[in-house]
Amino acid sequence: MNQIRYFLPFVKLGLSDVWRHKTRSFLTMLGMVFGVGSVIAMLAVGEGASQQAMESIKRLGSQNIMVMSVKPTSEEGGSTGAQRGSLAVYGLLYEDKDRIEETVPGVLLTVPARMTRRNARLGERQLEMRVVETEPDWFEVVQRPVLAGRVLGERDMQMRANVCVLTEHGVRRLLATEETIGQRIRIASGVFEVIGIVKNETGGTVRAPDSEADAYIPITTGTKLFGEANIRYSAGGMEGEKVELSQIIVKMRGTDAVEPGSKAIEAVLARFHKKKDFKIDVPLTLLREAERTKRTYNIVLGAIAGISLLVGGIGIMNIMLASVTERTKEIGIRRAIGARRSRIVVQFLINTCVLSIGGGLVGLLLGVSIPLLITAFTAMPTVVQPYSLALAFGISVGIGIVFGLYPALRAASLDPIEALRHE
Amino acid sequence: MSAHGTEFVRPRADEVVRFDDAKRHYLVGDEVVRALDGVSFSILKGSYWAIMGPSGSGKSTMLNILGCLDRPTSGAYWLNGENVAEMDDNQLSDHRLRNLGFIFQSFHLIPQLTVGENIEVPLLYLGLPQAERKAKAEALAERVGMSHRLRHLPSELSGGQRQRVAVARALANDPAVLLADEPTGNLDSATSTQIMGLFQELYEQGKTVILVTHEPDIAAYAKATIVLKDGKILSIREEGA
Repeated sequence: MNQIRYFLPFVKLGLSDVWRHKTRSFLTMLGMVFGVGSVIAMLAVGEGASQQAMESIKRLGSQNIMVMSVKPTSEEGGSTGAQRGSLAVYGLLYEDKDRIEETVPGVLLTVPARMTRRNARLGERQLEMRVVETEPDWFEVVQRPVLAGRVLGERDMQMRANVCVLTEHGVRRLLATEETIGQRIRIASGVFEVIGIVKNETGGTVRAPDSEADAYIPITTGTKLFGEANIRYSAGGMEGEKVELSQIIVKMRGTDAVEPGSKAIEAVLARFHKKKDFKIDVPLTLLREAERTKRTYNIVLGAIAGISLLVGGIGIMNIMLASVTERTKEIGIRRAIGARRSRIVVQFLINTCVLSIGGGLVGLLLGVSIPLLITAFTAMPTVVQPYSLALAFGISVGIGIVFGLYPALRAASLDPIEALRHE
Repeated sequence: MSAHGTEFVRPRADEVVRFDDAKRHYLVGDEVVRALDGVSFSILKGSYWAIMGPSGSGKSTMLNILGCLDRPTSGAYWLNGENVAEMDDNQLSDHRLRNLGFIFQSFHLIPQLTVGENIEVPLLYLGLPQAERKAKAEALAERVGMSHRLRHLPSELSGGQRQRVAVARALANDPAVLLADEPTGNLDSATSTQIMGLFQELYEQGKTVILVTHEPDIAAYAKATIVLKDGKILSIREEGA
């Protein structure tokens, strides 16, 4: 309490000093403003990006391993089991799904899926959709909020029912109506009843398993209508490709099992696939990569912010040295009256801190508004965390003390007799 | 006590200032400058002294030592019962703060502080709470006839007014000695007379006043005079003695 009473007049003195030299103080503070501003903005952007990455990883499912069919590169040979003309046969098989389930430890679920792009129609309206032939477990593995109706069930599988679940965006573009459940739409040659609508969460930094306009149908229905594999011919009909399963999503028992699981899957598949016609995506690895990227990004931005704080601090030190020279006589007067050296040190430290904290506060405003602008104009999410505000304040005080110490010590070391004579 | 202390007898209680063979030597290049060269005298509580001498006589050195801004290189200087020669920088500062009131030729008020704040400076270093500081500063301003200018800056005052404020500041710590260095040097004769009247008043109220001056008509206000020459005392004249 006594200390505060003692400091207060010097804070007031520091403030009036800043006010007296408005332009000089403002220019001096700029370094701090940009330094502190960039620290806060950087943390907010970094945090936003990290939260977004985490969100999309969660959407992918951190326990999931995605195994996808990919067309092998031509050097590896077009087709081994050519059945008709030059039909390229590649990709995942039902057998692969069974092998994974039987041999890989820690597997909870495997979900096969066949994806094709087909036209969907409702009366006059027409939309190219991604038709996902899959099992009810899809919705177990790729958890999405159900907006209306229900998702696929075991019964739909057994009955090979002509039912479909649509994604929100697909519904809006195709149906454009309030009554969605029970509508009948035509997909390729089949007529499907819409039984449910799910929210789709695409976008973000990593690929999500769902797309904008998806129609999910039982894989059994797909087999009945479109055959056991995707067979697609080029325009001339001379070349084609055949893919039994586009994707297998493997859900592991826990995140610990994900990495060994993905290695085991790789090993199992490699034994039966002579060509590299599959690809394994592990969301957890993507998450780690995203975090590494974020760390690099933080180091670079942190270094830039650090340099600007350093420059700001040097600017403040420079001005304080000038101020010490300017106030030499005042220092002499105070010493003659009976101020100890330490009191002169404290006075000048407070003065420096007033400058650095003043700059820090303006920088804080800047640092909070920059992320708002970024979010407003680029849709990049930013999160200003409360701790970063405390950090900014701490940095300001720290800069004030570190860069104020030398000028303050210089002021205190002046000989009072000399200082009094100074004009 | 160190070797210094044992050589000298402690001053009596009424000897507020005592010099015992005080010397101040500087080394300039290879040459020793004897700014003060063995000075002994004592000043009693409640007296009014002038210290005179031409430039180069050691007057400034005497002022610095009297004001505890400098220490004798040998000998003793007792101020209010304590030997300044043995003090370190912090002790000197504290001694100035408690026992001395400085008045300077060019007033030396802090330009960015108001009259009231200037008077408060010693009180701030003495650690008085704000309310007490304020009340005391007002009383002091009243005492020197400046209470109507408390919120003014020194730049808005005349020279005489500034010196009155400086006197109020010098009185703030209720010092054992008021030390004035050419207090009228920057004032016209009418204002000088007023300021010297103020010192006379303070002397009559029981303050110990020491003037350091080269002007005989200013020194004439004091009741006793020391004349310095070449770092030694040329003469001591005491009224009625």
